[in-house]
Amino acid sequence: MSASLAASLPRPRGVLLAGTLPACIFLVLALVPIMALSGGSYLVSLGSRVMICAIAAVALDLLIGFSALISFGHAAFIGLGAYAVGILSAYGISDALVSLPTSLAVSAAYAFLSGVVCLRTKGVYFIMITLAFGQMAFFTASSLAPFGGDDGLTIAARNTVAGFPLLRSDRVFYYIVLLCLLGTYLFCRALVGSRFGRVVRGAKENAVRMATIGFDVYRFQLATYVIAGALAGLSGFLLANATEFVSPAYMSWQRSGELIVMVLLGGLGSLDGAIIGAAAYLLTEEWLSGVTEHWKVIFGPVLVLIVLFARGGLIGLTRAVVRRFSRG
Amino acid sequence: MSTSLLIVQILNGLQLGVLLFLIAAGLTLVFGVMDFINLAHGVQYMLGAYLAVAFCALTGSFLAALMLALAATLAFGLLLEFAVFRHLYDRDHLDHVIATFGIILFLNHGVKLVWGAAPLSLPIPELFSGSVKLADGLLYPVWRLVVIGSGLVVAVLLYVLVAHTRIGMLVRAGATNAAMVSALGVNIRRLFMIVFGFGAMLAGFAGIMIAPILSVEPGMGDTVLILAFVVIVIGGIGSIRGAFLAALLIGLVDTLGRSFSVDILRLVMAPSPARTVGPAIASMLIYLLMAVVLYVRPTGLFPAKGR
Amino acid sequence: MVEPALRLQNLRKSFGALVATDDLSLDLMPCELHAVIGPNGAGKTTLINQISGLIAPDSGMILFDGRDITGLPVHARAGLGLARSFQVSSILPGFSALENVALAVQSRAGSSFRVLGRAGAETGLNGPAMAALADVGLAERAHMPAGELAHGEKRALELAIALAMQPKVLLLDEPMAGTGREETARLVEVLRRLKGRFSVVLVEHDMTAVFALADRISVLLYGRILACGTPAAVRADPRVVAAYLGDEME
Repeated sequence: MSASLAASLPRPRGVLLAGTLPACIFLVLALVPIMALSGGSYLVSLGSRVMICAIAAVALDLLIGFSALISFGHAAFIGLGAYAVGILSAYGISDALVSLPTSLAVSAAYAFLSGVVCLRTKGVYFIMITLAFGQMAFFTASSLAPFGGDDGLTIAARNTVAGFPLLRSDRVFYYIVLLCLLGTYLFCRALVGSRFGRVVRGAKENAVRMATIGFDVYRFQLATYVIAGALAGLSGFLLANATEFVSPAYMSWQRSGELIVMVLLGGLGSLDGAIIGAAAYLLTEEWLSGVTEHWKVIFGPVLVLIVLFARGGLIGLTRAVVRRFSRG
Repeated sequence: MSTSLLIVQILNGLQLGVLLFLIAAGLTLVFGVMDFINLAHGVQYMLGAYLAVAFCALTGSFLAALMLALAATLAFGLLLEFAVFRHLYDRDHLDHVIATFGIILFLNHGVKLVWGAAPLSLPIPELFSGSVKLADGLLYPVWRLVVIGSGLVVAVLLYVLVAHTRIGMLVRAGATNAAMVSALGVNIRRLFMIVFGFGAMLAGFAGIMIAPILSVEPGMGDTVLILAFVVIVIGGIGSIRGAFLAALLIGLVDTLGRSFSVDILRLVMAPSPARTVGPAIASMLIYLLMAVVLYVRPTGLFPAKGR
Repeated sequence: MVEPALRLQNLRKSFGALVATDDLSLDLMPCELHAVIGPNGAGKTTLINQISGLIAPDSGMILFDGRDITGLPVHARAGLGLARSFQVSSILPGFSALENVALAVQSRAGSSFRVLGRAGAETGLNGPAMAALADVGLAERAHMPAGELAHGEKRALELAIALAMQPKVLLLDEPMAGTGREETARLVEVLRRLKGRFSVVLVEHDMTAVFALADRISVLLYGRILACGTPAAVRADPRVVAAYLGDEME
């Protein structure tokens, strides 16, 4: 798909070349509602949830994987996008043609304002200050008494699209979410291989070098931060419509942490990895919580083990396996 | 806004500050010397509280519980260091974040398994229960004064330890340049272990001291953890002095902010919006403070590694 | 009177008690190759860092083409035509050699806020990049990941990146550092061919290279310019011989 992208990633061998894996992923996703025809609305709504999360994870991978900006406040943008839908709906405005641009604008604006401050710092300071801005959003939402405060806000119904209740059907909604995920993925893919993306990737490897070549790294990182924030806002818009509910919990720092885990799980810096990571995390959560109420007691150590031993996440593992087979 | 209320809140702010310092001290050292982000520090604090409750129920004496819980948190900290963290020092910060996040998940739910989800409490030791009269019409709980006092004692001890002993010098050197210290032949592994264990013990101590006042429940370490990180970021990573000053500052700002935000806002706006906006701003106050400090000094007020 | 391409006026820089740059003034004339030599610790890299903007001087002025750039950030100076190479190879190891140089070309070309279109395939960028690589003799290594290049090749890549910026002033910080005799000779040839295309400040330890290339030499000692003049004049200057060249020329 993109030669320059491949040039700066660990070289894949064999089957998992830059085009095949994402094609497989999207094919599987497209088939889920069809396969789940026999009363499988649970699967369809689970699938929607997974994809909505994947959109946010792909956006976060742009930051962590490609720009080395470890944002611990990413969930805030999801929450802001969701709250835009909720608040507008509370005032009787529930058309996607208004809600969607508002979600995107609000999260992009917050990303811009917080990015201006955060990007002046590096390393752990950056992590902490993104966390701080995430917390600020969280506390603001928690204290919005007219909009539910801590308890959250129920939305009367999903958004209409130009007056048509398109989103009401779970299956149609699923495919719309799938289209959004596909669009997000393709956009990020193009971004990463573009002139803009190359500067950002270069800054990740050697920011000083990029500056001495003549690039104002700060501006590029700020733009990436805003784009990632807006995409997370899209995720929030879809989330609010999916659950017909918004709550400050969408913006908690634990959610931000979970998003980082998803990206890492799939494999940093490989956008399809973020989708796989989100799916793996949520599906494991679903499965384990069915097994035992105390699934996090198992999940915690598993995460630790993954970090200790499986470098490169699931994608890295699969690549290693494929390499072993093509050698043997 | 009466003076006695102000004094009470200032004392409360100092108490919170001292508590934050106990937790932040270990955190900033571990970060400064080993360059290790330890999100699991908050659960050390929580564990201290739970162990104090458990040992007190077992022995009936707070003092015995204090000793035992301190020993147990030290042991647990060393175990964590040996089993998990030791392998992560060479990795980048992201790996630290994920691994310690996993430990938070494990312990938060682990304590729920062992002790149940309902909040527990620890009775204040007889000797220190009750309130003392600070001035006319101003009563203040004795235990809170004990907490402030013990925190200040620890701060002084830490200062003496870090500034005037050989091991303290090694720690300070390590916080400025760990590679150099190792190259000079110091057993860096042992130094790291000592720093980590000591920090864990401090966090556990904070948990033990606060247990009689707060309710002991799963997840109690999470909010405190974030506050502690805000403290060390404002204070400057690797600096005990920075952690102390920042902790007191944050304790005071947060407490006074929450008590008086509505009153202060009422000076500039109508009572009803003030009542909504007040608490919101109060919770955000320390984050705004951190954002301002980092904007002006992107590496905190007194970073060990210099500017 | 010809305007100097680069003028340093009374630069001062201290790190605590250590005075790295001590009231230093220097003129770089257009199209000259001006070497800066001096023993280790004389403050050569600190000087280059101040000129390129990585370090801010405590006092003094830096004029680029007559324009005061003392307060400008690093990327702005690069944008004006000030390129530098680093003493310790500072390249993008995950990118190919071609892409390293293509980024420099892209910076010159502007419009880097394009978010679509595969930058790696743009002939408008790759063409000049290949030319720069050919200039330093790295054309066959174009598609190798820069991190896998040999040490001498990385030094050449540093040079290619700086050249691709089509600079007015080129700051070279010990380009021969750590290269063997063959590599050094090759780099000297490259620099000799490029002489006259732009103004160059060359910091170097290798005296053969310096005397082969330099139009003028400034000798730096403890942050001050000890002597400045043609190679012949400097070689004969007794102060220089005593302080520095005496040991080097043996």
